[in-house]
Amino acid sequence: MVDLTVDLKNGLKLKNPVMTASGTFGYGEEYEDFFDISQLGGIVVKGTTGSHREGNPYPRMAETPHGMLNAVGLQNKGVDYFTQEIYPRIKDYNTNLLVNVSGSTVEEYEDVARKVNELENIPGIELNISCPNVKEGGMAFGTSCPSAVSVIHAVRKVYDKHIMVKLSPNVTNVAEIASAVEGEGADSVSLINTLLGMAIDAESRRPLLSTVTGGLSGPAVKPVALRMVWQVSQTIKIPVVGLGGIMTATDAIEFLLAGASAVQIGTANFIDPLVSVKVIKGIGDYCERHGINSVTELTGGMITD
Amino acid sequence: MKKYIDDFIVTGNKRINPEYVILTLQLHRELPDILPGQFAEVRVDNAPNTFLRRPISIHDVDFGMRQIKLLVQEIGEGTRVMGSLKEGDKLNLVYPLGNSFSDPETKEVLLVGGGCGVAPLLFLGRKLKENGITPRFLLGARDKDGLIALDEYEKVGEVNVTTEDGSMGTKGFVIHHPLMRTDKPAYDHIFTCGPEPMMKVVAKYAEKHGIKCEVSLENRMACGIGACLCCVTDTKDGNVCTCTDGPVFDSTYLKW
Repeated sequence: MVDLTVDLKNGLKLKNPVMTASGTFGYGEEYEDFFDISQLGGIVVKGTTGSHREGNPYPRMAETPHGMLNAVGLQNKGVDYFTQEIYPRIKDYNTNLLVNVSGSTVEEYEDVARKVNELENIPGIELNISCPNVKEGGMAFGTSCPSAVSVIHAVRKVYDKHIMVKLSPNVTNVAEIASAVEGEGADSVSLINTLLGMAIDAESRRPLLSTVTGGLSGPAVKPVALRMVWQVSQTIKIPVVGLGGIMTATDAIEFLLAGASAVQIGTANFIDPLVSVKVIKGIGDYCERHGINSVTELTGGMITD
Repeated sequence: MKKYIDDFIVTGNKRINPEYVILTLQLHRELPDILPGQFAEVRVDNAPNTFLRRPISIHDVDFGMRQIKLLVQEIGEGTRVMGSLKEGDKLNLVYPLGNSFSDPETKEVLLVGGGCGVAPLLFLGRKLKENGITPRFLLGARDKDGLIALDEYEKVGEVNVTTEDGSMGTKGFVIHHPLMRTDKPAYDHIFTCGPEPMMKVVAKYAEKHGIKCEVSLENRMACGIGACLCCVTDTKDGNVCTCTDGPVFDSTYLKW
């Protein structure tokens, strides 16, 4: 029997290394008809901000070769709605529920984190300093070391459980940001958020997104994500959670071999709502086939000599 | 309503014209409950340049035969591959998705469809007929070749048509048909699906005459189940998902 458990430390123990990525799995409820979601290592729920956000106007999505662009823009009903209306419905899911925390200002991140800290069945947050689709805040915080540091520093003071920081790939040196975040007391990092991109309809000469630019996800970004996970895991000591274009167990295993301790599955949920359970099973099968007792042995297991 | 993921077997592919086919899909067990106005997210295998599922409305359902029909307009690679499916091919569906057309409080109803938007109206008409209401269809197309499976609609209710070139029925758009040019419409409830400009003028006419009007939107979507928040439409309550709060909306709820 393969041991699939992963301890990301500071209270975040996963029954297996597979989580679902924020913004692609709703609050879990959307997928309950399809499978028992307690099988998941964790669920990162939708990006949550201090107050209600309408998000960007339609159209917000464009399909591109092997991927999709989105410009949702953090549509959500705010942290109070989450704590009062949604949390009571989902708190007994028997999997790790992480809240993806976002904001326009350092104070907003702090406010959301403080409120989520009160929720007993939420073992951690994912600090989103990498959303490319909002005018203020979001990615702006995650693309320079001083601003990333300012968010983590403030949130660390009010949030004592697990802080995972979601990193942006839209930077020159992702390892540098990861180091800065680690220095401020982050417990883990997750990467990558979407890559900034755009699409144009040549016939109408118009952009396909209302915001012109948006975030690219799906298999198209996987090689970039893998490279960044590898670079970051070579640089920092805290656990790395890898994501970006994972469609199969093999994709997930590649991320583990590159240095990730766990993975998140995002866009693939839209194509196959059952993909996460298939990936969990596939990782177990791979370990058995390779005589591996614990999935943690795969982390950083790429052979380069 | 509970959602399912199932592999269907293609048992029929009927080409209507160069642009449209009707696929008949068979399930190996009893079909779950499916309502008029709902849709399926179709995974298109063997279409290398597509990635997401295609949202396609349910054209017709035969619960006894365990069959559903999809009307597919070939507009891109994904739908072209769907159009080329052969008997015996498999097609994976997530379904039934979205809300549905409501049960009308009147017996006098008008079902207005344009282009591919006629698709959900056949299943709706069939349900209405089962409930003792004779539906009146008003179907619009560019030309007579664009009018789809009229005989099926005729089995269910009264069919009126408009074509832009006048090759069949009244010349012009649906709004130019005598049914919609009168100031004393003989119906109290309109169900419409088709190009947005068409639905907007139909809704405007309905609102002017105090008629309830339900429209079915076809926004671009990714997941189809309310997770990605990509397919939103602006309403009195702000942005809501077309896939879960819709695709059917009361026209007065939308901010068009």
